[in-house]
Amino acid sequence: MASVTLERVNKRFGSTRVIEDVSLDISDGEFVVFVGPSGCGKSTLLRLIAGLESITHGDLMIDGTRVNHLTPPERGIGMVFQSYALYPHMSVYDNIAFGLKLAKSDRQTVDERVRQTAKILQLDGLLDRLPKALSGGQRQRVAIGRAMAREPRILLFDEPLSNLDAALRVQTRNEIAHLHARLGATMIYVTHDQVEAMTLADRIVVLNEGHVEQTGSPRELYEQPMSRFVAGFIGSPKMNFLTALARAEGDAGCRISIPGIGEHVLPRRLLASERETRLTLGVRPEHLTPTAAAGDAGFNILNVEYLGSEAYLYLETPEGEALVCRTEAPAPFVRGDHVTLDFAPHRAHLFDHDGRALPPVHDAGTEPATAPTTFS
Amino acid sequence: MTLRMLKAVVLKIGFWALVGVLMLYAIFPFYYAVVTSLKPSSELFEVSYWIDDLDFSNYVAVPSQPAFLAAIRNSVIVAVSVVIIALLLGLTAAWALGRVRFRGRTTVMMLVLGVSMFPQVAVLSGLFEVIRTLDLYNSPGGLILSYTIFTLPFTVWILTTFMRQLPDELEEAAIVDGASPWVTLTKVFMPLLWPAMATTGLLAFIAAWNEFLFALTFTLTDTQRTVPVAIALISGGSQYELPWGPIMAASVIVTVPLVVLVVIFQRRIVSGLTAGAVKG
Ligand SMILES: Nc1ncnc2c1ncn2[C@@H]1O[C@H](COP(=O)(O)OP(=O)(O)O)[C@@H](O)[C@H]1O
Ligand SMILES: [Mg+2]
Repeated sequence: MASVTLERVNKRFGSTRVIEDVSLDISDGEFVVFVGPSGCGKSTLLRLIAGLESITHGDLMIDGTRVNHLTPPERGIGMVFQSYALYPHMSVYDNIAFGLKLAKSDRQTVDERVRQTAKILQLDGLLDRLPKALSGGQRQRVAIGRAMAREPRILLFDEPLSNLDAALRVQTRNEIAHLHARLGATMIYVTHDQVEAMTLADRIVVLNEGHVEQTGSPRELYEQPMSRFVAGFIGSPKMNFLTALARAEGDAGCRISIPGIGEHVLPRRLLASERETRLTLGVRPEHLTPTAAAGDAGFNILNVEYLGSEAYLYLETPEGEALVCRTEAPAPFVRGDHVTLDFAPHRAHLFDHDGRALPPVHDAGTEPATAPTTFS
Repeated sequence: MTLRMLKAVVLKIGFWALVGVLMLYAIFPFYYAVVTSLKPSSELFEVSYWIDDLDFSNYVAVPSQPAFLAAIRNSVIVAVSVVIIALLLGLTAAWALGRVRFRGRTTVMMLVLGVSMFPQVAVLSGLFEVIRTLDLYNSPGGLILSYTIFTLPFTVWILTTFMRQLPDELEEAAIVDGASPWVTLTKVFMPLLWPAMATTGLLAFIAAWNEFLFALTFTLTDTQRTVPVAIALISGGSQYELPWGPIMAASVIVTVPLVVLVVIFQRRIVSGLTAGAVKG
């Protein structure tokens, strides 16, 4: 159990900067998830923490001690690899025991730890098997067991579920959450899947091209994304983005007008001058309310997806932009219908042309308590 | 219908005829050696492809020569030493070349390959000087040294190729578990490289076992000779007689260990030769 602190950590491969000035504070026992698109540097950041890559610049502290030059075992980390990387020629028992033996534990301690680990992960009956005789889920658990057995202070996971099928992924996700509750170890988990991030994390770190885009609890990221990148990355289906013209409107925020939707006053502070500015409006699918339109007005429905508990309408703006909108199932619309859209202004987000979110006019705590009845 | 059946039959006959020709081409020289070795010298020059009565006199004569036994002992010492040294050096070199990222890695690989392209004769005189300087002339040490020089390039090259195919994460897992490079090499990589090591080891053994030119040049006395030279120097009763019978018998005797080795390692070799084909 340990806290981890990164101070302006940089990593360069040759001349390409892969990690740029990442600063983070991870407290003891926290479950932190690094999430971001493929190639944004998540694995590299994790490997820097593990000690498998050297830090070009900056400091890494574990429990307040600078560990830049320590080896992975000296740092007290355990790691679960994406491909599991089990030793193919060793039995499950030997895979789990390998690190313990190298740490020169006596035979009895090794045996006790292996059996205890196996019990926690329900591997009791499989100790004599070779990895090739295990299913994907079992291999996954052996990989976790191997990382856990030496009782490391920090457990690192690099996309551990990406090789499992969908059903097993959900199950293993739950097991990892359960394991975290049970061990209380500090865990850092890398994934490109925002659903995994949302469901597992105490705190999510969104990475984009090597820098931290935003950190926060899943709810903070979902409700108050600080950039268009985070807004688009967190949430499924994705947030809708529409071009809007905006003008400051005193204390109330700013007035925007969008073709096909009309004018709304959003409680967002527009710092620019009185002139009209071109901004991006972001609204989540569940915050858009469709109403049947007369004739060819509004938006054309391209497709209706029925999911049982809900339905998604795929719309097209007259300019050809795609929109998604969530309704209760069964939806009273069919393909080819036209709808007009409405949304709750305080649930919408505005982004300037750099992709930064405009701050709310009130402080976060004073958001209107009652949601408009137009929500479904 | 019948035409199709006829075609199938003809194709089948053609196929097996081809197989037969290939078998004959590959096996006949060995067969003839065995046949010759089983004939008394008086019958040697009657050309026949079949033996009517077995005559083991050659097989009795050859091993009873002390020089031949010494040669076998020398060959075993030389070949086994070459295999051990080549595998040890090859494995460690392959780890460096296949696993460690450093500047000039490709250049080193090319150099290694380049070295193995020189014909033996080209280095013969230079090597002779080296061996004289190291005081290894007329001793198994000189042969071990020179064979290792020629065996190492392909050992390194093949083992490096196999080493590169092992996933990076496997090595990293070992590092996280606290394994030193040596432990990683011996406890994690070596068990996985067994097929490749068996293959390269066997090739090195065969090369050392059959080598003639160096063995002839770098040894002087009968007690230091290896098998190929000893066989070539088996002489007959007079200057005008080449003792084909004993030569063939000796050849058959020294081929047996190779056949046994190949049979033992057969499955390893096959998996070693094909393991590179499919990424696992
Ligand atoms: N050893 C390396 N040498 C050079 N570039 C690398 C190396 N490892 C990773 N990279 C580069 O760093 C970037 C981030 O890689 P990675 O951390 O693996 O991304 P992610 O795990 O988020 O998909 C990629 O563009 C990748 O090409
Ligand atoms: Mg990755």
